[in-house]
Amino acid sequence: MTAVTRDIIILNSLGLHARPAMQFVDLANQFQANITVHKEAGPDGVEAATVDGKSVMQMITLEATQGTSLRIEAEGDDAEEAVEQLAKLVEDKFGEEE
Amino acid sequence: MGKNAVMKLMEFIVADAIVPELAATTRDEAIRELVSSLSAVGAIDTGAVDDIVAALVKREKTGSTGFGKGVAVPHVKHSSVTKMTAVVGRSVGGLDFAALDSQPVYSIFLLLSPDNAAQQHLQAMNIIFSNLQKDMFRRFLRQSDSKQKIVDLLEEADAGK
Repeated sequence: MTAVTRDIIILNSLGLHARPAMQFVDLANQFQANITVHKEAGPDGVEAATVDGKSVMQMITLEATQGTSLRIEAEGDDAEEAVEQLAKLVEDKFGEEE
Repeated sequence: MGKNAVMKLMEFIVADAIVPELAATTRDEAIRELVSSLSAVGAIDTGAVDDIVAALVKREKTGSTGFGKGVAVPHVKHSSVTKMTAVVGRSVGGLDFAALDSQPVYSIFLLLSPDNAAQQHLQAMNIIFSNLQKDMFRRFLRQSDSKQKIVDLLEEADAGK
């Protein structure tokens, strides 16, 4: 089975704090696919991280501020749809801002 | 997590305000007990206690911060808070936080942030959850029955032990 990936950027000004992390995980859990979220290493010693997209606690440890690039990866029968909807949630700024 | 700029728990957790055995038997009582403890040691404005408690309870009602595994992290931004500040509370009997896994909460990290400190808030949440993910950390925290034991545990976590 091939994995579906999508690069996204966190757009909402507060970043991926608890509430949006929760929304992401709630949505991710509606799919059978395994979903991981990856953050690349960055300047100033920011370490790369890969977390379970179905765990709120893990998602919060991404420390994804506004402007952070993340890669969503899903593997499973409904991977395509999962990635599509999760990317849309992020692009819509989790409904937090106009 | 930034290697050069990793925030430490003890940079924002007020050691003197830690409550090793909460008297509270409900979520709202626990929140009030912890905010009052921060106020009692001068970490926050006493006049703002009621308002902060109300904001934290309101936040919990929109979605529990009991993310599972016996821990909860109630948090809120408040205009009276000038410096990010947090306190740890321990419940022996367990509290109903309407947690995601429906299990009682035994350890609480209560975090108060000033307005316009989104990045700092995310850093604090990161360091809190990075530790709370560790089974040993959660187990030791649950067993730490004095302020000093909790401080020791937090300092060990900060040292990366």
